Amino acid sequence: MSLITTLARLEAVSSGRAQPAATVRHRHLSEHPLVFVPLTTAGEAGAPLGALVGTDRDAPRLLVVPQPRDRDQRFAFLAELADVVLPYIDAYGESVETAERSETDPETGKRVKVEVDLCTDAPQLIVPSRAGLDLVRLLGRSMRFRRTAEQEPEAPHPAPPRVPLLGRWLTHFGERARVPGSALLLACTDLLSRHWATGQSSLEDQHLGALLAWIDPPGGESGAEAAHRAERARDERGQLLWPPAGPATDPAFDNKLLAPAIERYDRARTALAAAEDGVEADDRSGEVTAAERRIRDLVEGCTRPTWDAVWRSLDLLRALPEGAHVEDRWTRDRWSFTGHRDRVLAGEPPQPRRDDAVTAAGKLATREREQARLDAQEALDDPLVMAGRRLAGEAFAGEVTDVVMAYGEGRRPSPRPLVTVRTDDRPHLDERVKVYRSLGGKPQAAEFVRYEDGEAGDGTGGGGALVVLRVVDKMGRGKEPEEGSVPEKGDRVCFTLFEHEQRGGAKLPDPERTPWTHGGPPVAAEGPPAADPVTEEDLL
Amino acid sequence: MTIRSAPEAGRGAAARPAFDPGAEAGRATDAILRDTLHGAHRGVVVDSPPGAGKSTLVVRAALELAAAGRPLMVVAQTNAQVDDLVVRLAEKEPGLPVGRLHSSDADPYDKALDALPNVRKSAKAGDLAGLDVVISTAAKWAHVKNVEPWRHAIVDEAYQMRSDALLAVAGLFERALFVGDPGQLDPFSIVGSEQWAGLSYDPSASAVSTLLAHNPELPQHRLPVSWRLPASAAPLVSAAFYPYTPFRSGTDHGDRRLAFAVPSDGSGPDRVVDEAAASGWGLLQLPARHTPRTDPEAVRAVAQVVRRLLDRGGAAVSERSPDPVPLTAGRIAVGTAHRDQAAAVRAALAELGVADVTVDTANRLQGREYDVTVVLHPLSGRPDATAFHLETGRLCVLASRHRHACIVVCREGVEALLDDHPSTEPVQLGVTVKFPDGWEANHAVLSHLAEHRVTWRP
Repeated sequence: MSLITTLARLEAVSSGRAQPAATVRHRHLSEHPLVFVPLTTAGEAGAPLGALVGTDRDAPRLLVVPQPRDRDQRFAFLAELADVVLPYIDAYGESVETAERSETDPETGKRVKVEVDLCTDAPQLIVPSRAGLDLVRLLGRSMRFRRTAEQEPEAPHPAPPRVPLLGRWLTHFGERARVPGSALLLACTDLLSRHWATGQSSLEDQHLGALLAWIDPPGGESGAEAAHRAERARDERGQLLWPPAGPATDPAFDNKLLAPAIERYDRARTALAAAEDGVEADDRSGEVTAAERRIRDLVEGCTRPTWDAVWRSLDLLRALPEGAHVEDRWTRDRWSFTGHRDRVLAGEPPQPRRDDAVTAAGKLATREREQARLDAQEALDDPLVMAGRRLAGEAFAGEVTDVVMAYGEGRRPSPRPLVTVRTDDRPHLDERVKVYRSLGGKPQAAEFVRYEDGEAGDGTGGGGALVVLRVVDKMGRGKEPEEGSVPEKGDRVCFTLFEHEQRGGAKLPDPERTPWTHGGPPVAAEGPPAADPVTEEDLL
Repeated sequence: MTIRSAPEAGRGAAARPAFDPGAEAGRATDAILRDTLHGAHRGVVVDSPPGAGKSTLVVRAALELAAAGRPLMVVAQTNAQVDDLVVRLAEKEPGLPVGRLHSSDADPYDKALDALPNVRKSAKAGDLAGLDVVISTAAKWAHVKNVEPWRHAIVDEAYQMRSDALLAVAGLFERALFVGDPGQLDPFSIVGSEQWAGLSYDPSASAVSTLLAHNPELPQHRLPVSWRLPASAAPLVSAAFYPYTPFRSGTDHGDRRLAFAVPSDGSGPDRVVDEAAASGWGLLQLPARHTPRTDPEAVRAVAQVVRRLLDRGGAAVSERSPDPVPLTAGRIAVGTAHRDQAAAVRAALAELGVADVTVDTANRLQGREYDVTVVLHPLSGRPDATAFHLETGRLCVLASRHRHACIVVCREGVEALLDDHPSTEPVQLGVTVKFPDGWEANHAVLSHLAEHRVTWRP
């Protein structure tokens, strides 16, 4: 945790309210996000119990699995989910603009510009918490290799037609969410805790209700009290007033309400199956419907508070102006979305179970690059974030007190002006450390020369250190620097010790040229991956 | 055949006839070179404890390969390591044509290379084609494309190289010698990589673990003798950090001595300096307290210890020269866990008028050597013990940079802190568990340091 975050949290504790950790919004928010509030069943990994899903905050679609251990019902749930999610995704795939991308020409090996489609906007999925992200990945993994009746007419238990496709999309969203700064799939708690610092631990921030209570406590109450209530307050039946954001449910809910309801449903179904004539069956099917209705009500009661909390969070976040670089990062998300749309349209197989060596290395390189890019862009977009970097010695701001023109050595002397900056910050400057400032959106580099003695004694007031920098680029090609390219005396400037833009990494070999150190080229898998062999433990 | 440092070992051998470090090291080196030059395998892995002559081995192997008419590429991890290797090669064999492949940034290599007549420098691999040895960083090699692969490569600091970096360069060579220290800091990634944990080619793992996972039959050697660590330090470092691959020091007790002209004034810093001079280790223990990372008292204590080391006219006697060598600022280093701690120590030293003492983090001290090191303990004053602070390699680097003595400055209560924070890292399927874990290594070092403790209330 950085020093400024620690300070903000301490301040939150003493003031009783969450403190802003950002002055602008650092993530793109779609105008029509698809909110997904899932619940799972205790004791069985990835068995959905139900979900609220939709783009209209007043009319969520409620999906319920009355008997979560019934695989047919689970498939029906997933098919229904696909009916909501896939049309939403497809709508974004239809509107495209033309964009340029450099590709390697297969014949000449040169980098050439090609015109390709880029979707004008991309879908955005919002889940309440980080555990929701994991569930999206899990659902994606469990669905994308399923075979439909169309693909394998003979196989038993075929998946409904659009389920494997939904699995591929959820997998794509889940993978994209691992890229720092991406916004195709976001967890509400991550969004809020990026922009506010509460007086509780970051683990406690995973509780959406408590987090919101710190940020926006109801009428005059302190954040700590409101958060405490959000976590613990129970009604006379022992049920939480604010159910957890899921996907796990509260054990008291499972034991007292859900288990009896499911048992009643099971009994009703057994009775219906045993019905001997039509009249009896009619009666009993009425009981099944009633039992199912009861479970639906329970699931809705459990998800609706979270659903509302997610939308309230989005309101709070939308009140912040969008950061300058957010659009740029969203464009990368649009590329990512368009890329996967194209792979689906081209009939490519689903994402493999495991990345091969080259894909894994490529993903890691991308994510590290995006992390560095995100860190730099957030600081440039937001003075509060920059303040944190300044406090950490990674940037400094101050006033230019002197500019001396100087020239570099070489055949054609180029301008290398010496700029003295007075700063109260304490940057970690070593000899010849490069520093950067933003000049019209582009980084201008300078190098640290020395600390000037005689600080604070120049009669202008104010203490601090005098830092002498040599500006080394972005001054044009002439002997004299271009107008406005060198700071002037009296200017306020902010230099960072980190680079503003990230260089692309080295190109990795193609997967079929994986070297011997990494096991050689991957063996091409034929068709879908083989299932794990059945062992004795599988048949207890 | 003996390696370069072997003649220095004469005294150790005389005092302990059962173990002749020079001969042991020579045998190990011979076996390594035999496998490298004449072996059937595509790779050879060499584990080297701190100060065991790793660079000497790399230089020697490069020269022998070049002499056998096999041009080779050398992959190191940082520009400083590359420049250092070029200089060592040129010292050893001034006539050898060496290529230094560098980046196209301003000031890409050490200016000292300009004085070496047979070293050609270029940012393009094509310009260096045909030279006996071409050296560069892994990052730069990764950009080299469309060249005829080298028949041979040497990968230096291979345990600090990430698997994905090896993936990017492995296509450039047919066979390679991998040299590194398994006990130092593992490579790291700034983003999570749990997704690939357990895969043999996990891109965030070390290059050697991927290499051996796919090629378990490769011969593995290790260098058995540390020429840097004194007899007082080698047993502890070996037992705490290399429990299954022990090593010995090349010198014996009494071969090295540290003495001070000015007597102690009885203060904490002076007492700990005397303790370290006598035993090789010193622990300056401050009262227990939870502090910010840049604990002002501890930082000042570190600076005062350094100041007294210089003021008291230290002189070091070692196998390198018969006469005492003055302990100067250039022979002292301060090691910390974090950069802001290093910055705070630098500021405190400047206040006491101390210049030219190296102050750096464990990451940057890797591969360096000093007479005396002063270490701000990574867990000093902390309320918690995170994986970062417990990392075995971090403590190992800090505790193994010295030729004579190591002084640790630490607040009381780290043992209790360790007991409150047992290792809780999730166990990942398929990942080889590293022994010893940081928790155990920290306890081992602390219990040894406790015998050399000086408590002090500043």
